[in-house]
Amino acid sequence: MLSLAQIRDLAIARFPGAEVTIVANPGAAAQHSLLLGASHARAIAEWLRDDAAHRLDFCSNVTGVDWPEREIVEIVRTPVPDPAGGPGKIIEQKTTRIQPGYLEAVYHLYSMSRKDGPVVIRLRTAGRTDDVTLPSLTPVWRSCEFQEREVFDLFGIRFDGHPDLRRILMWDEFTGHPMRKDYVEPDDYEWEPTPHDEVLKKARAHYPPAPAAPEKTGGPK
Amino acid sequence: MSAHHESFAGGAGPGPSAVPPFSPSSGGAHVRPVHDAFHGDLLEVSMGPHHPSTHGVFRMMVTLDGETIVKLKPVFGYLHRNHEKLGENTTYLASMPYTDRLDYLCSMTNNWAYALAVEKLAGQPVPERAEYLRVILAELTRLLNHTCLAGFLLQDTGASGTPLMYAFREREKILDLFESLSGSRMMCNYQRFGGCRVDAPTEWLDRARQLVDGYNEFLDEFEALITGNEILMARTQGVGALKPELAVSAGITGPMLRATGVDYDIRKVDGYGIYPRFSFRVPLGAHGDTYDRYMIRVLEMRESIKILQQAFREIPAGPVMDAKAKIRGFKPKPGEAYGRIEGPKGEIGFYLISDGTTNPYRYRIRPPSFINLTVLEDMCLGQSIADAVVILGSIDIVLGEVDR
Repeated sequence: MLSLAQIRDLAIARFPGAEVTIVANPGAAAQHSLLLGASHARAIAEWLRDDAAHRLDFCSNVTGVDWPEREIVEIVRTPVPDPAGGPGKIIEQKTTRIQPGYLEAVYHLYSMSRKDGPVVIRLRTAGRTDDVTLPSLTPVWRSCEFQEREVFDLFGIRFDGHPDLRRILMWDEFTGHPMRKDYVEPDDYEWEPTPHDEVLKKARAHYPPAPAAPEKTGGPK
Repeated sequence: MSAHHESFAGGAGPGPSAVPPFSPSSGGAHVRPVHDAFHGDLLEVSMGPHHPSTHGVFRMMVTLDGETIVKLKPVFGYLHRNHEKLGENTTYLASMPYTDRLDYLCSMTNNWAYALAVEKLAGQPVPERAEYLRVILAELTRLLNHTCLAGFLLQDTGASGTPLMYAFREREKILDLFESLSGSRMMCNYQRFGGCRVDAPTEWLDRARQLVDGYNEFLDEFEALITGNEILMARTQGVGALKPELAVSAGITGPMLRATGVDYDIRKVDGYGIYPRFSFRVPLGAHGDTYDRYMIRVLEMRESIKILQQAFREIPAGPVMDAKAKIRGFKPKPGEAYGRIEGPKGEIGFYLISDGTTNPYRYRIRPPSFINLTVLEDMCLGQSIADAVVILGSIDIVLGEVDR
């Protein structure tokens, strides 16, 4: 198993112009990951699957992560020597910058033939709108089929090249993406509008009115 | 849902919602038009969500040409409660009882997978006796799950009642053990980060050992009735065959993968816990059909018995909880971890991201039976509708885990 740095260098050498960076994991697990640029992601994924050095033929887990926009406060401390020769002072400069939000798709890859792994790859979207896309890796690993549908359903990432991108856990008519951090739950999920206005119009289109019954003339009074 | 109804509408107007037309993901399936004056119409059947053979609220939209399946689309979500969101809104420990409800036949292995992921995230060691208890409970869970599966599979082939009751009789004995240890038959909530909740008394280990020693006898009896049965062979051999290449690509794990002949058992590959200490074999199939999937489970049970007997011999005395493990106010350092184990149904994994607070920032479950359903259509195409029931039964799904 090559180290992540080796994989990154090989990938950059093989796919000129590809963005491949290592995302460090500070936790105890130390499962670092490779961040791939969307433009070359499919090609790199195929290379990871087929190249004899990796043979990552098994994509185990696919999931999304939502990173909303956040404010990052950076404190820069600069020592300033005292011109009079006394003890120097430290000037603290606080800068805040806004880190734009993005959505992430995370893939955990293993190799069944070489029996090693995991290699974690991540793809990031440009923003957090309802219309963000990433290349689908379902053509590379079939196991992404349902899991990318789930990410689309719950996080709202559209996967380009997915053969059947529909909602999978929520119903088709559902709006919104419940796993986003800013999702607000409705008061009642099962609320249904009473049949008037728009609903009634739809119902009329669906069930054409029955032909009028012949009018009764006379009859008992 | 509505995509399937459009063909019923027959051009009478737009369906209830505008879903783009759908192309079969498996590629090769050629579906002729629904209305065909020469060959006759195709029939669309909605199997489930309330169908006794779908093992829960699972639904298949099946398109039939006579009795032959030409298209099959699973429909999910009837039991969806967004477990992952629940996990993000509670503390790490409070998610432990929720994991019982994923695959509610195998709460002990779900607990272990989650505990393992959190232990990886926090760098938490586990004492030796707890590791042994975990192996014992996981292998007992494997026994009960595979026993149930064999019973359900026979029920699905039409052997109504008797084999299932035989299986349930044995399962109940194991559940009694779980109940006396954890207080609950199925919702055990037994593992903790850094060990197990309570120690198993010697009498409990004796009872468990007795049960395991007698289990081969039950398997012999069960196999004498079932394994060579002509009807079972006719209904399962060559039915729903799965190619190893497709199985690997589709992320199939567990007995279903090994039935195709791919040697991949996470107990051997990762060697998590103390599995490298046990000697056991990984049974492999040759055809990948339904009969192989049944047989692999029977053989795996015999290997589980071997593991259990070794564990009962070797289990040391000692604490079952790491003394430094923090239960209340547990806050792992920022980072992420993916932990996985070989559950009875396949690879069950948890992916956790910590931001240093008491709640996980991201809590993701890798559900084996959900991902194993990816190839349901591929296995069912060209088979008869009655075989779809058997094939689904051999995948071994639990809807609590599929829909989460």
